[in-house]
Amino acid sequence: MNSRTTEILVGLFMLLFLGAMTILALKVSNLTSLSGVQGYQVRANFDNVGGLRVRAPVSAGGVKVGQVSHIEYDSETFEAKVTLTIDEKFNQFPTDTSASIYTAGLLGEQYIGLEPGADDEVLEQDSEIGLTQSALVLERLIGQVLLNK
Amino acid sequence: MMDFLANSGRRYLNTLGSLGRASVFLAQLLSALPSLLLRFSLVIKQLFSSGVMTLSIILISGLFVGMVLALQGYNALVRFGAEDTLGSFVAVVLVRELGPVVTALLFAGRAGSAMTAEIGLMKATEQLSGLEMMAVDPFKRVFAPRFLAGFFALPALAAMFSAIAILGGHLVGVEVLGVDAGAYWSQMQASVDFWEDVVSGLIKAVVFGFVVCWIAIFQGADCVPTSEGVSSATTRTVVYSSLMVLGLDFLLTAIMFNV
Repeated sequence: MNSRTTEILVGLFMLLFLGAMTILALKVSNLTSLSGVQGYQVRANFDNVGGLRVRAPVSAGGVKVGQVSHIEYDSETFEAKVTLTIDEKFNQFPTDTSASIYTAGLLGEQYIGLEPGADDEVLEQDSEIGLTQSALVLERLIGQVLLNK
Repeated sequence: MMDFLANSGRRYLNTLGSLGRASVFLAQLLSALPSLLLRFSLVIKQLFSSGVMTLSIILISGLFVGMVLALQGYNALVRFGAEDTLGSFVAVVLVRELGPVVTALLFAGRAGSAMTAEIGLMKATEQLSGLEMMAVDPFKRVFAPRFLAGFFALPALAAMFSAIAILGGHLVGVEVLGVDAGAYWSQMQASVDFWEDVVSGLIKAVVFGFVVCWIAIFQGADCVPTSEGVSSATTRTVVYSSLMVLGLDFLLTAIMFNV
């Protein structure tokens, strides 16, 4: 086999590698929508975040509008401080929007649902959502049921 | 009794000796790498024999591994009514584990053994000494191009393996078993992260490529220059690199995914 054919085949091999990486990046891991969430950050305090994790979706009306970018414990208010990154496209949420933690399905992943209020002002970078509802912790619920009997 | 002690002592010393020789060999190999910039055509030639020639076996086994995963995964998931998550199951397993590991094992069997046999035969027929006589450094001319080519080829092959296996899983899961195509891809995209999963898998493949090529080339260069020596060196290449790949895989997984 002469060296030109070898070179062409090696070039094809490299192209195939690039093709495989493109498939893995775009089709399998959805690189564009996951890492490239550009938007503004909003804070919300919850009594209990349950099993919420960083990168969990934030949705409004069932449509994904952003993701959870940071969760930490505030030792002054004894609450969990959650930072949400919301896509720039959705910059019309009123300031009295409420945030609740829901579970997708019975055992699914937890996500944050936003329910828009009616205020005229809108949420901006670093504003805070006041109305929050904690995650439903199954154990606590069972405990309450048992105690109230 | 004394014989036994002497034997085990000799074995231990031999092992230590070959470990030391392998380390020195690696240092020499790495220091010979920069000279390849001048003669990159040597690397391309080796990329052909270790990469392109391994491609068919990688693609075919990838397709079948993906199909089997989809079949088994479907049977397990359908009991819980969770067959929609088949895509994420197939993709995570492939991208994180099976892609790099199976590729490395196949690569060790197909390209690693060929490297050892070729270099061992060069040594047995005194071609390496001949090169040295002509003041050609065998590290720069023979070993380093093979090393670099294998190092490039393994991650590339692993990526292709994962990609074709996911397509194979799609073929069985969606076309044959009737999982919804949209659910297959969207579940996959929701659970596979590019940096955390795909790139960690590639890093694994890079590490495996390094180790497999190192073992293969060292065993070839270090073999007893007889036909028997070459054959046992080839066997050792496959055995050692498979063991190293599986052991390192555990280590890397522990480091990457369970911090």
